[in-house]
Amino acid sequence: MTGRRSLTAAAYGFVVPALALIALFFLVPVAASFVLSLTDFDIYAVANTANLRLVGLHNYNALLHDPLFWVALRNTAYFVAVAGPLSVVASLIAALLVTPAAVRGKSLFRTLFFLPVVTSLVAVAVVWRYLYHPRFGLLNYALALLGLSPLDWLGDPHLAMPAIIVMSVWKNFGFNMIIFMAGLQSIPERLYEAASIDGASRWRQFWLVTVPMLMPTFVFVGVMTVIGNFQLFAEPYVMTQGGPAHSTLSIVLYMYEEGFRWWSLGYAAALAFVLFAIIVALTALTRLRAGGAGAAAPPPPGKEAIA
Amino acid sequence: MTRRAPTVVLHAALLAGAALTMLPLWWMVAASFMPGGEANSFPPRLWPSRPTVAHYAALFDRLNVARYAANSLVVAAVTTAISLLVNSMAGYAFAKLRFAGRDRIFRLLVAALIIPGQIGMLPLFLMLKQLGLINTYWAVIIPGMASIFGIFLVRQYALSIPDTLLDAARIDGAGEWRIYWELVLPSCRPILVTLGLFTFMGAWNDFLWPLIVLTDSDMYTLPVGLANLVGEHVQDTELMMAGAVLTVLPVVLLFLALQRFYIAGVMSGSLKE
Repeated sequence: MTGRRSLTAAAYGFVVPALALIALFFLVPVAASFVLSLTDFDIYAVANTANLRLVGLHNYNALLHDPLFWVALRNTAYFVAVAGPLSVVASLIAALLVTPAAVRGKSLFRTLFFLPVVTSLVAVAVVWRYLYHPRFGLLNYALALLGLSPLDWLGDPHLAMPAIIVMSVWKNFGFNMIIFMAGLQSIPERLYEAASIDGASRWRQFWLVTVPMLMPTFVFVGVMTVIGNFQLFAEPYVMTQGGPAHSTLSIVLYMYEEGFRWWSLGYAAALAFVLFAIIVALTALTRLRAGGAGAAAPPPPGKEAIA
Repeated sequence: MTRRAPTVVLHAALLAGAALTMLPLWWMVAASFMPGGEANSFPPRLWPSRPTVAHYAALFDRLNVARYAANSLVVAAVTTAISLLVNSMAGYAFAKLRFAGRDRIFRLLVAALIIPGQIGMLPLFLMLKQLGLINTYWAVIIPGMASIFGIFLVRQYALSIPDTLLDAARIDGAGEWRIYWELVLPSCRPILVTLGLFTFMGAWNDFLWPLIVLTDSDMYTLPVGLANLVGEHVQDTELMMAGAVLTVLPVVLLFLALQRFYIAGVMSGSLKE
């Protein structure tokens, strides 16, 4: 009896450090973010919190009337809607290419495709800035070889976001490729054999066996990619500073500028909370549609997120 | 013959994909060794005419990069050490020890996994400012000390430790701490290597949070220092590429040496309970 009780006490000793750290430095700040968003916390309050006032939903109301907020929201939605599907398709193609038994040097290809994932986002964003250089960049050189005229990738408001999307797909597809490879390996070989006996072509087998069997993987990869992509920050920060003409201003970049450049922390907290609400709503939606599949989905590591 | 053709196409596609994927990294390395101005030539060069390490020397001599690298190393190493201890303790307890509310707390933690770190950054900044920790290593380390993902990873792995093994040790009179230290930790070694890798690389590559809390350039980590250098030396392409190589190289080498653990971790993280 005493043994059982002391075991329980020991168990608390093991979990309390982690839970306390997570509560104090992650969950409490998230909740505090909402409280902060109800205040007019600005540069005067940074100096002296006596200048702080509760303003109710004023910040949210101001957001609704702030053209830059809508621009940032639209840009972020654009990035999520285009980069997400593109990277999932690229990952799946890479996984399908690497998986067949006939492939020689499988692990070498896997490593090469994965390498961009482990690189520092800042470093590769700097590299891609030069690849996109209008006069000397490799990309415009490739266009010239194809007989096309050069493009001002990062200087044209219509091209800057597509350029960031291409870079981000390059950086991230290796991660989901690994998850798709795990998914592909878990499909029983007999399903393909059965389909093949029924006379299904490779193409039909892909749609009749591979895609349905990968559904849980699609849900997982989709949710994680969408959540990750909503946090777009370092690419525009390094490559375009949100320009040209705000065409690459993302929600997190706008939050960073409002909060840490202009010290409008109350307003920035409202931005953070809108982002939070969007992510929760989208996750709930996917979970609903997937009928509860895709639970227990940990975030991709190394995604430059804290906590 | 009919079976060979698709295999050839398959390998051609793989080679083309691999070449495209590696091209930006290849160019980064090549440009970092080019004499000044050569990276800005047309047509672009993929190989330095006369390789030089002058830009690396400039980064160390004039531009404080050794300091950035040391800061990155300290921050990443301390975060990794603390997170391994804290997360493995909790992960083991959630897997193998009984306590009130265990499964409910775990489900809550897993649900909180979708919350991005950015949401709490503003209050966290104010909190650390109150504690006088802004512009210190601790400001960068603190948010990474415990992670839900780390707990999750260790728990899934520790579930496979046989209860009989732990009970036998208890009957032999071993204390709970000793069981954890001498039995649980060694049998969790692969997942701890994985978690250590994730944490180290995550801390090394992290950008937004260090950018916020490190105000003095002597405290900058490599990514923050590099982003800052772009502002001043954007015309100096070869120098920037050398900086990018220095930022990327340590984690790439670490990954290449231990990738088996890394890949296994990505895969196990994607599997449902």
